[in-house]
Amino acid sequence: MKSIVRLFVGVFAAAFALMYVTSLLNSSQGYTGGNTLTIYNWGDYIDPELITEFEEQSGLKVIYQTFDSNEAMMTKVAQGGTTFDVAIPSEYAISKMKEDDLLIPLDHDKLPNMKYIDERFMDLPFDPGNEYSIPYFWGTVGIVYNPDMLDGRKLTSWNDLWDERLRNQILLVDGAREVIGMGLNSLGYSLNDTNEEHLQEAKRKLAALTPNVKAIVGDEIKMLIAGEEAAVGVVWSGDAAEMMWENEKLDYVVPKEGSNLWFDNMVIPRTARNIDGAHAFINFMLDPEVAARNAEYVGYSTPNAAALELLPEEISGDERFYPDAVLTAKLEVYENLGKRMLAHYNDLFLEFKMHRK
Amino acid sequence: MSSNTRNLYLIPYVAWIALFVVAPILLIVYYSFFDVEGQLTLDNYAQFFTPVYLRMTLSSFWYAFLITAFSLLVAYPTAYWLTRTKHKRLWLMLIILPSWINLLLKAYAFLGLFGTYGLVNALLETIGIGARQILFTDFSFVFVSVYIFIPFMVLPIFNSLEELNPSLLYAARDLGASPWTTFRRVVFPLTLSGVKAGCQAVFIPALSLFMLTRLIAGNRVITLGTAIEQHFLVTQDWGMGATIAVFLVIVMALFMIATGERKVRRIR
Repeated sequence: MKSIVRLFVGVFAAAFALMYVTSLLNSSQGYTGGNTLTIYNWGDYIDPELITEFEEQSGLKVIYQTFDSNEAMMTKVAQGGTTFDVAIPSEYAISKMKEDDLLIPLDHDKLPNMKYIDERFMDLPFDPGNEYSIPYFWGTVGIVYNPDMLDGRKLTSWNDLWDERLRNQILLVDGAREVIGMGLNSLGYSLNDTNEEHLQEAKRKLAALTPNVKAIVGDEIKMLIAGEEAAVGVVWSGDAAEMMWENEKLDYVVPKEGSNLWFDNMVIPRTARNIDGAHAFINFMLDPEVAARNAEYVGYSTPNAAALELLPEEISGDERFYPDAVLTAKLEVYENLGKRMLAHYNDLFLEFKMHRK
Repeated sequence: MSSNTRNLYLIPYVAWIALFVVAPILLIVYYSFFDVEGQLTLDNYAQFFTPVYLRMTLSSFWYAFLITAFSLLVAYPTAYWLTRTKHKRLWLMLIILPSWINLLLKAYAFLGLFGTYGLVNALLETIGIGARQILFTDFSFVFVSVYIFIPFMVLPIFNSLEELNPSLLYAARDLGASPWTTFRRVVFPLTLSGVKAGCQAVFIPALSLFMLTRLIAGNRVITLGTAIEQHFLVTQDWGMGATIAVFLVIVMALFMIATGERKVRRIR
């Protein structure tokens, strides 16, 4: 028995020793890699030619890594095993990373191209004064639909989704903030509402939507809508753009009651070793010509005002992805509601999911 | 000396158990006592006994039960028939083969098969039944789960049928038992250990299924596994997620004890 206890202790000690050596090795590697720059981005979210160009221009060697969720990205940055110099999280992740002290403040003097960013997208509540982040792309949450499957009808508002003719035709994205936000918006409340009565009202309203909901899915929604498995989807505009690329019949609308405005911003995480290089990269991506090419490749909405002017009219004039000022005024950015309220949102969402037809 | 070398051989095993079984369980028990803000609390356990989570628990158990029951229903005759065929190893291999393919890939394949324009609906259309919604229903969820778990049920039952001494069957026949009586009184009781092992191998993972609930059931089926995933990845409410996990571990332990071997084999 005694020897077994000793074994356990020995094993734990060995494990911790190994962890220590790994972190030591990693950090020593990071110090020697002064001429590399590690970029941590969503998959397929940059024009690869631009990376090559940046390498030629700056003489740095770019290591490009991808993640598929903000949470996975934050966990990796928090662990600190890898040296990421630039990362591109979404706005709510940025406020969380700020709270957890995972970001390095930006030196605005090293980012002269910052001036090209549209005023509307600067100095937002998740990062006042853009101390830590610069917008990379932005978008909305809205309704993608297939007019052919709806006898040519057009959808314009959240409340259109409650139409009885849409029975079993709607796919929702598996996100608590998106779905509860839709419920709140459809009632005319803010999607950052924390009033318990309003939330309960939204929950009841969403329960009434259940017969129309075919499924609540993740990334597969792109494949399912493009494959006409259902006529209507509640999705992020970026995903909608991809679906419309796949299936030309599809149309996208930002509901008139208002919706969510989201951002993916460039930040320098705590793990960065090449801080000058990171600034150089961010500044490079803000160059109007570069940003325009990137926007054309990725297909998301660019926050770069000068780049927008360089884009062809068919992209920049598309009100579905660059909504006019009236509608933009109704769009809201997710505020960080605090962990407790977020947990409450999630519980409401769970209850909505459990509501049987 | 000899006991020292024996202990040396134990190291990989003990290391494995310590790092991947004992440590994680201790960690989830530890986390279950903290709320979202990192305060020490018992609230998570109180919250578990609210209607939302109790209903979720009930539905988890119900679906796990359905999956186990249907798996058994399919697997027992299959295993029985397997032991009677000529090339049983080959057939067994063919049944186990699909379990070498990643679960997620199989789930995606079913998305295509069961879709509105999928193969199954095309077939239903041609034979005149007409297309219907298969994907995102209880049926598709149970069907795909059963399909995935069947090899885990077939194997232990097949093994226990193989171990069955054929002379017992001859004896039963000699004594005038009908095939049904032989099965009921001889075969089934003697292969019960295999059935129990199979049920364990199916019921326990079925309780915490989560990818399939989204991919195949479109989140219309909510199990405890889904809730754990949500709490860890989305809400970051690790306390609540851990509490559900602790509960699942307890249930699994109880289930193992209830279906486990009662014989005490230890020799002093």
